[in-house]
Amino acid sequence: MARSPVAITPFWPGAAAAALVLLLTIGTLAAVAWRAKWDAGLSVADWAAIRFTIVQALVSAGLSVVLAIPVARALARRRFAGRQMLITLLGAPFLLPVIVAVLGLLAVFGRGGMVNNALTGLGFEPISIFGFHGVVLAHVFFNLPLAIRLILQGWLAIPAERFRLAATLNASVWRMLEWPMLRAVAPSTFLVIFLICLTSFAVALTLGGGPRATTVELAIYQALRFDFDLGRAALLACVQFALCVMAAAVVWRISLVDGMGAGLDRVVQRWDTDRPVLDYIFIAAATVFLLLPLSMVVLRGLPGLFDLPTSIWAAALRSVIVAIGSAMLCVAMALALALRGGALVSVIGVLPLAASGLVVGTGAFLIVFPFVRPSDVALIVTMLVNATLALPFALRAVAPAVAAVQSDFGRLAISLNLTGWSWVRIVVLPRVRRPLGFAAGLAAALSMGDLGVITLFAGQAQETLPLAMYRLMGAYRMADAAGAALVLLALSLALFWICDRGGRADA
Amino acid sequence: MKTPTYLPAVAGLALCATGALAETPVLQVMTYDSFVSEWGPGPSVEAAFEETCACDLQFVGTGDGAALLARLQLEGPRTDADIVLGLDTNLTAAARETGLFAPHGVEVDLSLPIAWTDPEFLPFDWGYFAFVGNEGDAAPTSLRALAESDVQVVIQDPRSSTPGLGLLMWVKAAYGDEADAVWADLADNIVTVTPGWSEAYGMFLDGEADAVLSYTTSPAYHLIAEDDASKVAWRFDEGHYMQVEVAGKLAATDQPELADQFLAFMVSDAFQSIIPTTNWMYPAVTPAEGLPEGFETLMTPEKSLLLSPEDAAAKRDAALDEWRAALSQ
Repeated sequence: MARSPVAITPFWPGAAAAALVLLLTIGTLAAVAWRAKWDAGLSVADWAAIRFTIVQALVSAGLSVVLAIPVARALARRRFAGRQMLITLLGAPFLLPVIVAVLGLLAVFGRGGMVNNALTGLGFEPISIFGFHGVVLAHVFFNLPLAIRLILQGWLAIPAERFRLAATLNASVWRMLEWPMLRAVAPSTFLVIFLICLTSFAVALTLGGGPRATTVELAIYQALRFDFDLGRAALLACVQFALCVMAAAVVWRISLVDGMGAGLDRVVQRWDTDRPVLDYIFIAAATVFLLLPLSMVVLRGLPGLFDLPTSIWAAALRSVIVAIGSAMLCVAMALALALRGGALVSVIGVLPLAASGLVVGTGAFLIVFPFVRPSDVALIVTMLVNATLALPFALRAVAPAVAAVQSDFGRLAISLNLTGWSWVRIVVLPRVRRPLGFAAGLAAALSMGDLGVITLFAGQAQETLPLAMYRLMGAYRMADAAGAALVLLALSLALFWICDRGGRADA
Repeated sequence: MKTPTYLPAVAGLALCATGALAETPVLQVMTYDSFVSEWGPGPSVEAAFEETCACDLQFVGTGDGAALLARLQLEGPRTDADIVLGLDTNLTAAARETGLFAPHGVEVDLSLPIAWTDPEFLPFDWGYFAFVGNEGDAAPTSLRALAESDVQVVIQDPRSSTPGLGLLMWVKAAYGDEADAVWADLADNIVTVTPGWSEAYGMFLDGEADAVLSYTTSPAYHLIAEDDASKVAWRFDEGHYMQVEVAGKLAATDQPELADQFLAFMVSDAFQSIIPTTNWMYPAVTPAEGLPEGFETLMTPEKSLLLSPEDAAAKRDAALDEWRAALSQ
């Protein structure tokens, strides 16, 4: 995210976006800390939770990235019918509400799941999904799609000219183009997933098999909900931020900056696409691993789908509107921040990942409550928070593209006195359409599945689809809830697909 | 709001909801999420009370019982709520400590299996915690027997869920100083610990466990709503820990008469007859027409266990440490 030598975009949009992010991350934390009585320290159990949190996040993120590389490479190298659809579908696990994905995983890997049925059928001992490996399995399931997409973006961003150059020189594409690209993309992908796993709570607890699998986020939940110990919650949230900063510092040290020059948007042609079988094996393996649990979600949901209560559709509409709002806001913020560039933007781009959803919600509640009824602003706050929480992903997709445009065309633009909005409209926007569309789709879908802030703010008339689904489960209506989950899955995917498609002229 | 108007809601227009009702006094009841949901008691209770009160009864739903108390503490004395409904006896000590509650002043004959004398919190329903399994499976007859068996159960985390906390108190009330040994024996029977009741119950229905920590009244849902008699609650010799759900009046209410009227209504037949088939718990005062058909099939424990709110609050932290240590082995 290099800043261009001369400011060619105005200062204020980036500053406004940065201010909002800081308000919702650090500001909400400060609001919680402000109300706290400070007598808290970290207990032995907290230290155990911190240890477990770091270890599972390291393993989950490492595994996700390592597995994603061959799949992304295969997808970048091959063209086949249904490839686009597959890429969209592969993104689905990342967009699901946790409980839906967990029940889908259990239908495959659980006690009565397909894998164990097959094992016992063949005379083997059944395996248990619960434990450290279950946590890692679930986190890889959630985050592998994101890793594939982020790394695939890196591959697709290599200009066609470089492949020509490599072919002309008869050089190894892997050593000349792909490895340097991975050095730039993989560490930051690792960081994003590490931070996501760092703030995991329900997955870790449910599949971890017991209090061994306590994460910092669960400790925050306990402090906020049961002990009403705001000081401890704030302290633990600070621990999460500290871990985030340390991880980010390490990653930025090892990331490489691309310095090979611009391309002219030709269609990529490659001359190094030997060994198709291996590529298709990777693609098939990832597809089975990711889509099998998803199809279980679909199968579970079908029976309940046709007699869903009407209130579900009202909640679904509300969710879609919130999702579209937060996607637009998120993309605008990402673009403003990416145009601004600089180190502060890099920091702001990861802060929301390290923020505890509960602390953000509680802090926002404390900030809002003296002025308005929380339920009156439930959907607005949900929109703002979701846009902010999706920002790191959006920025990760958009910022490199914008930086490339700036370094490739910035000098030219300045010499033409092409600045401000015209520069954004004529040069930047057309060249970053693809990442913008992807970012909008991701933000919309993430917002669809969100169940963070809304639980604290919503009244009866602000119920979103995930909340309605949880309320169905709470009322024993598991079949209806599974139907609602299917609606949620379909809507998230549709939103993602529409945005992503809209941004994609080629690929 | 039965017919929500989306655009104003989305625009965040705070004003649309109450304009026309400005003259009618509003009673705000803060409660847990599943109480206000379409399938919970909320809508029927609202209709029944508004018939008699010439007021607008508004529910504010938030998470579960624990989230409810946290919400109240967040709002503090400035809260708009007049009544808080849905705390249980594991939470009332902390609720009392906030100093926000006033005496309820209601005299009524409660149908609880225990004596009730709390001046600030009035029960509206109650139930027994129990492990719910499938009819026909081998059912352990005590916590000890469960611990010694191979039966696999799923429970909720006492740090994030009220039933989870209930089980913690159950073991504590039944075994006192030996509770940690019982937990150590139970460790290999516990498939996993979920953040809330819904996840655990969903996993049990999907066949991930032989039984789930829930209520003796859970089979009634399957029997009455789904015509399915395959779920049974296991009777344990140690007795069953109770959950008593209560409501309280906030001292700072701007509608003290309405609040009193609501608390009196809460223990009347009109409210109590709604409870069994919406909240799936026992009513605090059995209505004149008795319990709905199907409830007579439910398992009734021989012994009821319940720690006093002060006892429960005092023992919680140590019990949590025991639990965590035993299950982390």
